[in-house]
This record gives sequence, C-alpha cells and structure tokens, in this order.
Amino acid sequence: MASGNRTPFKNPVVEWVDSRLPLFTLMNKEYGVFPTPKNFNYFWNFGAIAMFMLVTMIVTGIVLAMNYAAHTAHAFDSVERIMRDVNFGWLIRYIHMNGASFFFIAVYIHIFRGMYYGSYKQPRELLWMLGVLIFLLMMATAFMGYVLPWGQMSYWGATVITNLFSAFPVVGESIVQLLWGGFSVDNPTLNRFFALHYLLPFVIVGVVFLHVWALHVTGSNNPLGIDVKGPQDTLPFHPYYTMKDTFGLVVFIAIYALFIFFMPNQLGHPDNYTPANPLVTPPHIVPEWYFLPYYAMLRAITFDIGIPFTDIVFIPAKLGGVLTMFGSILLWFVLPWLDTHPVRSARFRPQFRIALWVLVAAFILLGVVGGKPPEGIWVILGQIGTLYYFAFFLVILPLLSRKEKALPLPPSIHEAVLQQKKSVGVQA
Amino acid sequence: MSSDSSSGDKPDQTKREFLYLTAGAMGAVATGAVVWPMVDTMNPAADTLAMATTEVDVSKLEPGHSVTVMWRGKPVFIKHRTAEEIAEAKAVNVADLRDKQTDEERVQKPEWLVVVGVCTHLGCVPLGQKETDAKGEFDGWFCPCHGSHYDSSARIRKGPAPKNLAVPPYKFTNDTTILIG
Repeated sequence: MASGNRTPFKNPVVEWVDSRLPLFTLMNKEYGVFPTPKNFNYFWNFGAIAMFMLVTMIVTGIVLAMNYAAHTAHAFDSVERIMRDVNFGWLIRYIHMNGASFFFIAVYIHIFRGMYYGSYKQPRELLWMLGVLIFLLMMATAFMGYVLPWGQMSYWGATVITNLFSAFPVVGESIVQLLWGGFSVDNPTLNRFFALHYLLPFVIVGVVFLHVWALHVTGSNNPLGIDVKGPQDTLPFHPYYTMKDTFGLVVFIAIYALFIFFMPNQLGHPDNYTPANPLVTPPHIVPEWYFLPYYAMLRAITFDIGIPFTDIVFIPAKLGGVLTMFGSILLWFVLPWLDTHPVRSARFRPQFRIALWVLVAAFILLGVVGGKPPEGIWVILGQIGTLYYFAFFLVILPLLSRKEKALPLPPSIHEAVLQQKKSVGVQA
Repeated sequence: MSSDSSSGDKPDQTKREFLYLTAGAMGAVATGAVVWPMVDTMNPAADTLAMATTEVDVSKLEPGHSVTVMWRGKPVFIKHRTAEEIAEAKAVNVADLRDKQTDEERVQKPEWLVVVGVCTHLGCVPLGQKETDAKGEFDGWFCPCHGSHYDSSARIRKGPAPKNLAVPPYKFTNDTTILIG
C-alpha cells in the first residue's frame, strides 16, 4: 500500500485523504481500472448479487434484532409483534426471511458457475476453498436464524439438527449437551443461537474479504476458462462490469421483490406459525428448501455398514447418514484435487459437461426427496441421488481427469470473442 | 552455557530452544485456562443440572392407555400395557434386535412401561401415545420424522434409530405412583 506510485487526484479533499490513506487509489485499482476478462456472461453477476444479499441480510437483521426477544417465553410473540405492531416490521421481516432464500439462490448459482467453468482449478484453489467456508458459515447462520422465531419448525428443526452430533461415538452426547446448554433444546439454546446468528454474518464478511482479495490476486476466470494473455483480453471493471452487475442485480431484485410483496410465505412452512411445543413433533419435519438435498442424503443411509451376515457394525445407520451429509459439502474442499483435468471450462469438456448436468439433476432430485416422507420409492430415489452425488466427485471426476479428451481451445479470449461476433454476423 | 568462538553466530542454541519451548508451553496452558471457562459456560448450568423429579399418579390409567409427562424438558411415555402387549414384547427373539434388551430388563413391573419419548435417531417425539396415532409395524411407537418403528417394549425394530427408547431412572413410591428422576 505504498503511496509512492500514486497518481494525484484533482479534487483537493480527495487528494488530502488519499495522500494520507490511499483509499481512493485502492478503490480505483481494484474496482475502477481493474482488468477483467471481456467475455463474461451473466453467470458472473452472482458474486456481486451474493454480496448485495449479505449486506441486505445484515442491515435488516440489525433492525429486527432491536425488536426481537431471545427468550422462549417471548420469542414467538416478539416476532408477531414485529409483524403487526412495529412500523414497517412486516416489510423488514419479509425482506430478511425471503432474503435467506434469495441469498442461497444467488450462492447456489455462483457455486454452479464455479464448477461449470472450472473456477476452482489452479491457481484459484484457495479462492474456491474460502468460498466453501463461506457457504458452511452461511448454512450455520441460516439454520440458527430459522430457530429464532421459536415456532414448531424452529424447535424441531433445531432438535433434529443438534441431535446429528449425538451420532459421533463417545463424545456425541457431551457435544449435544454443550450445544443445548441443557437436556433438550430450551432457553439456553435459543439464547446462544441468537448470539451466534448475530456474530456469524460478520465472520462471513471477514471471509468474503479474503475471498475477494484472493480473487484480485489471481484475477477472474471466464467462460472459456483460458488465461488472460494481455490487455486485449480485458476491459476495465468500471464502467463495463459495474453496469453489467447492476443490470443483473436489478433483475434479481425484481424477482426477490415479487416474493416479498406477493408471496412472502411461499418458501416458508406454515407449521412455523405455531408456537414451539416440546411435546408434539409436527407430523412432517422438513428443513428450509435450501437444505433439502443434504437432508435427503442424511436419510438415504438407512442401513448399518459392517461385515455382512454378522453382527459386526462399523458405522451404524445414524452415523453413516451424518457422515454422508457432512461429507457431501466437505468434499468440495478437495474438489481442485479430485478434478485435475488441465482444461477448466466445461465448454471444452463434453463428458464432464454431461456428468455435471446429471449432478445438477441428482441434486434437484435429492431436493425433492428431502421434502417427502421417508418411505417407499422416495428412499430408493434418495439413495440413487446420493450414490450419483458421491460417484461424481470420487469416481467420475478422477477418471475424466485422466481419460477425457478436451475439444480444441481458442488461442485467446479476444480472438474467440471476435470469432463469435463474425459467426453471429453471418447468421444474421 | 558459554559459547566458544566456532559457534559465535549461533550463541546458546540449547538455552534459546529451552526458553522458546517453556514460554510456548506456558502460553498454551494460559490460553487453555482462558478458553475452557468460556466453553464451559455453554454446558448445562447448575439450575439446569439440579435434577428435577416428576411424580405421576397412574391410578386412573386403564390398560392399553398411555400418558405423556415432562421430565427435564423431555416427554416421558408411561404406558399401562395389556397382557397381549406384554406377551408380544416377551415373545421377541432378542438376538434379532438391533439394541439387544429383553423386555424384563426394560421394566420394573411388566404392566408399566416407562421410557423417554425421544426418538434415539434425531430427537423427534414418536407417535403412538394416542388411540388414533400410528403405532408402527410393531404395535408400539412410530417416529414420523425419519420412519423408526418401536415395539411394545419401545425397542427399535425398523428404521434409522440406533437404540431403544431410553428408560429413565424411576421408582414406584406406592402401587400407583411413579417418581421419575
């Protein structure tokens, strides 16, 4: 951050600040003239959109916290008070509540983009891993946030998820008691969940900072997955991508607003408008939609793993389900080393492309299964989906890394862009 | 330790390493001593730990009926079992069970079954306490969350749960009063 090679600003106030703390120089370097591949498609909007959602969640969350009471006797009523009595409380809560869903939508698309175009590959492995960490923090934050209204789904969701940790041998029960601060989900649990739900978003901000920093060291990937070779391949971030991001964001916000104003409870669950009751489990507990695929994987392991035809069990069904669920995301951390194919973009990897789309289909299937009762055909479908999910990462990717013959890569981004223009011109 | 001229640029290596090591060890101990109280605040507090007991009068409970009571924030199922249900529970071949327990090990008096009504899978409250509830394939309880079936001795028979429903500590203070805890 040496200010030695700083270009002076014309505005005397800006210059006064910048010569003492080169904030304006930094912003100009990272968001003004920052060289960005010229061939981005709209998939590249979702990082900025996710950032917008993070800020939205923090701002609305702080306002909500001012009217929320983290006590089992008051939590449900305080949320209803926000909805009915607090000025614009209904709006802020619906923004926050649907914001969780739309944050996940943006992040899921962002992750898919990373997988499709091989953004996790060398030299962006650490950037990718920081992203996975952000996703895990988001999941924890969203889960604890869902507990706060203290409805039936809040209570029973919290019970089911905290009980996951009891599956671990020896230490499991102690961990669960530590999480609960008692012998069941109760007031101490609600209190600490509120404290952590307030804390974790700021931890996310910190990791996002590292994520963006790492991005600005390696530079962005692009739809062709080939490296930037020189200035002819890039555009300055401003105004080209500030404009493109803003346009995408406006479209995204329009859809988000549609939910907030016209179907605010569409993505939620009516059972959560019933106050928590420790004596009655709702007949059909489901997590929020963004957790359904993992929930399906948890329930797919209905069998003990051990030596067949004996009583020897290495991994009981419960632990197996828990390991499967956690493993499904922890696998992402090692994705750069599971897929070592030198070509990044799926555009030039026909077999990888098919396998990845099947993964998307399997993930959506798991999402559907996660929302259904654990019986009949749904169990089988859940097991098929889970099997493919793990096979994709552990078998298909390493195999394709060695066998797959990629299509010829274009010589450079700018030549590919010009080529595309020409062919479009011919068609027109 | 004195250093001679040949090791002049690396004076007192052993002493320095010893100091690093002891200082590091003290630092680790100090950090642990600060972190543990913070972590331990999250464990059940003294008032939570103070073992609550629950006394239940079961004189009005007809055979075949059950009652649910709260104990330490959890539901406890008390079932007055019928002769058929007891026979059914005793007829099971224990070797076939996932969590091997005879019916005798799980009750003090055969007609009274007392268990914590929390599914050992992920903590839902199983159905089966009400007449109209689903009771699963083994005439006991059925957990709607992930499909665990319990028999008339509340032993796990089918589904993902690893253990039988837990039997809490309890005693009969007289013929029709149960003290749980």
